[in-house]
Amino acid sequence: MSRWQRYRVTLTTILVKEVLRFSRIWVQTVLPSVITTALYFVIFGRLIGERIGPMDGYPYLDFIVPGLVLMAVITNTYANVVSSFYSSKFSRFIEEMLVSPAPNWVILAGYVAGGVARGLLVGVAVITVAMLFTDIRIHSVGITLVVFLLTAVLFALAGFINAIFANSFDDISIVPTFILTPLTYLGGVFYSIDLLPPFWQSVSLANPILYMINAFRYGLLGVSDIPLGVAFAIVMVFIVGLTLVCLHLLRRGVGIKT
Amino acid sequence: MPVTSAPPSTHADGARSSRVPALAVRGLTKTYRGGFQALKGVDLTVEEGDFFALLGPNGAGKSTLIGIVTSLVNKSAGTVEVFGHDLDRDPEAVKTCLGLVPQEYNFNLFLPVLEVVLNQAGYYGIPRREAMRRAERSLRQLDLWGRRHTEMRRLSGGLKRRTMIARALVHEPRLLILDEPTAGVDIEIRRSMWEFLRRLNREGTTIILTTHYLEEAESLCRDVAIINRGEITERVEMGEMLARLRTETFVLNLKGRIAELPQLDGFVFQHLDDGTLEVEITRDHTINGLFEALSRNGIEVLSLRNKQNRLERLFLDMVDGREAAAREDAR
Repeated sequence: MSRWQRYRVTLTTILVKEVLRFSRIWVQTVLPSVITTALYFVIFGRLIGERIGPMDGYPYLDFIVPGLVLMAVITNTYANVVSSFYSSKFSRFIEEMLVSPAPNWVILAGYVAGGVARGLLVGVAVITVAMLFTDIRIHSVGITLVVFLLTAVLFALAGFINAIFANSFDDISIVPTFILTPLTYLGGVFYSIDLLPPFWQSVSLANPILYMINAFRYGLLGVSDIPLGVAFAIVMVFIVGLTLVCLHLLRRGVGIKT
Repeated sequence: MPVTSAPPSTHADGARSSRVPALAVRGLTKTYRGGFQALKGVDLTVEEGDFFALLGPNGAGKSTLIGIVTSLVNKSAGTVEVFGHDLDRDPEAVKTCLGLVPQEYNFNLFLPVLEVVLNQAGYYGIPRREAMRRAERSLRQLDLWGRRHTEMRRLSGGLKRRTMIARALVHEPRLLILDEPTAGVDIEIRRSMWEFLRRLNREGTTIILTTHYLEEAESLCRDVAIINRGEITERVEMGEMLARLRTETFVLNLKGRIAELPQLDGFVFQHLDDGTLEVEITRDHTINGLFEALSRNGIEVLSLRNKQNRLERLFLDMVDGREAAAREDAR
């Protein structure tokens, strides 16, 4: 059996383990996002949205769908990796992997794939709910899928770094609460940055989530505040950077080895 | 005085001495953040096929040493080779050769037994069908197959430990390291685990064992190393170590009662109660001689037991010096 075949088995094992983990507790992992997003659609879309009027030429409800879907994907991907990897540290069963010949990049890929799988499941569920409220047609399936996957990978990597440095369960909720959620809300989920004064438009451009939401909005609706190439370039830079950081931390054994 | 020379190989046959050692550790040093030096240049060789005891008091460096060998702890300096594979140069080969049964539980409590073992096989790159075959074999060997669907958290302490052994064996390691494998398990399960480990060793698996039950080490292991304050202070065959005992103490249950202690040359008696005697026998006398002398004095013995584990006494001697042994004697 070749080395690569062994790596494939290891990667599949970690992915299946992760999928089984969040599937077993789907009431905690999948359902909340679906309910929350449905409430957003009802309140911001139907009730308030009808008073707001069109945004970027689209009904307000249609405009917020991409942002809400991506918000659910970001939150769930991040939460899956950070909670799963931190739990394995806390209960020490990360040692099962550390004593095995699994290379660091395979361990990382397995956890990222697990996070992406949860993001995919939740994303599909939220889009399905969105279809009940709107009749949007996907502008570009390819771009939608690519943005979706790249965003999920990026936040899975970010969740992994959070888990490595976390020393308590409080530490795994600090970043989502105080950094991720504000950045997502300020990343143009509910509004076009054209509505902002020039200064705040410039500030918004420093928010990486803005690029992802706009690229995803382009995929779904065909409209974006940001050029698509810039959005992809920025997401790729983050993915490469975070991957290198994760591998460096794993090689050094930060947070997982004495 | 730390032992830094190569270990003795008197028990080994000619072929064994020419083999690549199962474990070769050289100059291993570990300094923790804050400056505490857990290992101070440890040299240790364990031959293939050995059943090896690594003994030492709490905080001596046993777990750090095992942690470094199994890649759970980063070393500060030194080299580790497992069956000739260097840990720095070829960690995957080293890890493939190793199986670890840790002291602390390190499994997902919410997973069933079978899934814990199958996942471990998967981490080693063993395809699912083969993993299932090996998992079934390991679990059957350890009488766990009937519990394969039970969540780990619902198992008793002994069954959890046995599951960790099954998990460590699923990739068929050549070197199995057990860190306090029988801690907290009842005597029946402990004995059955001993028997299992003996059989495993007979079938060719090299075993390194750390334990606080020195009776366990004496019963199972052929070679022993004692580590204290981050240094290997002894590295000998178990038989040779036990031969260093100058005296042994036995407790005799007598048929009938005796009022006065017998005065027999070479034996020192002590009354525990009217029907029980404690006797210390020096190395130049035998138990046969003791019984003959007692018979001549009309004292009949119903049963006899060793008062103190022999290795325990030597261990105390070596770790804490003669004073500790004297204190133990005085109790």
